[in-house]
Amino acid sequence: MKKKILMRGNEAIAEAAIQAGCRFYAGYPITPQNEIPEYLSWRMPEVEGTFIQAESELAAINMVYGASAAGSRAMTSSSSPGISLKQETISFLAAAELPAVIVNMQRGGPGLGNISGSQADYFQAVKGGGHGDYKTLVYAPYSVQELWDLTLRSFDKADEYRNPVLILGDGIIGQMMEPFYPNPYRKPDLPEKDWALDGCKGRAPRVIKSLYMGDGELEMRNIVLQTKYAEMKKREVMADRYYLDDAEIVVVAFGIAARIALSSVLRLRREGLKVGLFRPVTLFPFPAQELFAIAGEHIRFLTIEMNAGQMVEDVRLSVNGKSQVLFHGRPGGSLLTPEEVEEKIRQVCCSHPHPVRAALNRWDA
Amino acid sequence: MKKIFQRPESLKQEPFRYCPGCGHSLIHRLIAECIDELGIRERVIGIAPVGCAVFAYDYFNFDILEVAHGRPPAAATGLKRTLPDRVIFSYQGDGDLAAIGTAEIIHAANRGEDITVFFINNTTYGMTGGQMAPTTLIGQKTATSPLGRDPKTAGFPLRMAELLATIEGASYIARVSVDSYRNLIDAKKAVLKAFRYQMEQKGFSLVEILSPCPVDWKLSPKESQIRIQNEIIPIYPLGTFKDAYQESTL
Repeated sequence: MKKKILMRGNEAIAEAAIQAGCRFYAGYPITPQNEIPEYLSWRMPEVEGTFIQAESELAAINMVYGASAAGSRAMTSSSSPGISLKQETISFLAAAELPAVIVNMQRGGPGLGNISGSQADYFQAVKGGGHGDYKTLVYAPYSVQELWDLTLRSFDKADEYRNPVLILGDGIIGQMMEPFYPNPYRKPDLPEKDWALDGCKGRAPRVIKSLYMGDGELEMRNIVLQTKYAEMKKREVMADRYYLDDAEIVVVAFGIAARIALSSVLRLRREGLKVGLFRPVTLFPFPAQELFAIAGEHIRFLTIEMNAGQMVEDVRLSVNGKSQVLFHGRPGGSLLTPEEVEEKIRQVCCSHPHPVRAALNRWDA
Repeated sequence: MKKIFQRPESLKQEPFRYCPGCGHSLIHRLIAECIDELGIRERVIGIAPVGCAVFAYDYFNFDILEVAHGRPPAAATGLKRTLPDRVIFSYQGDGDLAAIGTAEIIHAANRGEDITVFFINNTTYGMTGGQMAPTTLIGQKTATSPLGRDPKTAGFPLRMAELLATIEGASYIARVSVDSYRNLIDAKKAVLKAFRYQMEQKGFSLVEILSPCPVDWKLSPKESQIRIQNEIIPIYPLGTFKDAYQESTL
């Protein structure tokens, strides 16, 4: 019998990491993710794992880099300003093809910003973040259930692709308590870590590095990485669809904004408005083809985000001119309300899909 | 016939491509000899820094992890906590350890991490072309202190061994030099001792090694040795600054 349990989002991530076999965590305190290191500070020793409160975000991510190189499943977590600090070594992890799970419970920015939930790190998360041409797999959970499930998944995907995986949450989802099914972890068949550094007993020495000075060497390394990212685009896209069959207005939102937008969509559906919700679960790879398939002359898209407009650029690129793409957002850690989103959807409904044609029609009349 | 001298097994069959008279080749060999003598080659994991010695992975014949500038003590912490029975060392220059990586080295020492650090002090940034380092001597001309280091605007030579010796978590801190045969013998003793401390789980050990950089000093290899003896050692005295287990000093 499956039974639901009640947990805070941040603690669900921490326990899911333990269940997925994570045995190394290093982090630095920052609100609103402190429950993750606090939980792991007592939980890791119970499973003979390592918990370290590092002297900085830089040190924490480099401890993860070392643990991962030694073959351990390793994780760090932080919130926006701290994730900025970690970018140097996220680039190194990607370059050295080392698996790691990085949690960003976003808060308002730029700068020190505030400590409320925000989605302002979308660009940083999906376009690379650090220097060089690289990508991290990015999951955007919208419930505590998904925090649990996607954390389990993140460790497998990190190992499968030998790549850092980012869980992009926010202050709200991290602090939220709700019941969920603690689905058991089942480890998939993954290849042995025949690249890990554990001393060269009975084998040739191994080197893990990201410096390639030879003529054309670095270009070849980049091509290898890009091939891997192309494979992720083919196999890892995840998205959820709500009431899209006959929808004329498609709301696109991720994470907590999608949770809020879903309430608005449900309310308006009851009124008979043909509105649906498209929710990307992976932000890289982005569900571009899926959005393109929905687009058409009579479909309008409304992107809802808790920032000044970031994912909307990817929605426009995906739709590629086939549909009008509108945006509504709240920057600076201000909370979107279902009423506000509802109001915005109504405005889109009442406005003419083709303003120029509408004006010409009026002229003709 | 008995073989009395050979290439250490811990070095690959690869000629050193460091500059003529550079201390890295000597120090690489020194570390390799010690690893051979202790019989730990198959359980050593070394860390290559950012700087000239990033190419350490071309020469050392055991597992090597290359780490971002200044972060080796943090990565070494990750390696050691995951594999407590392996021998982990980082090899860092003065830009790496005494400038960009000061936080990492201080806190690794303070946690008493069971790792060994070799800190190569040549009073300059070698790889980037001889810029001023935190260890640069007062008055020393470099690419970014063309009139000589002025302490009014650029601070003073940072004595890392002395600084780290004040940290309770550190077990063994020494400064040695590779300018002469005499000092090389002492240097080898210190390297062996630092490794032994780790193998006996005695905690954090660091050996600062004064090393010549003839090209950036614009001196011949011979003149560089004399500079270490006459100018550098008076500012950076050799010796053991901390030995928590009170064994015989150098």
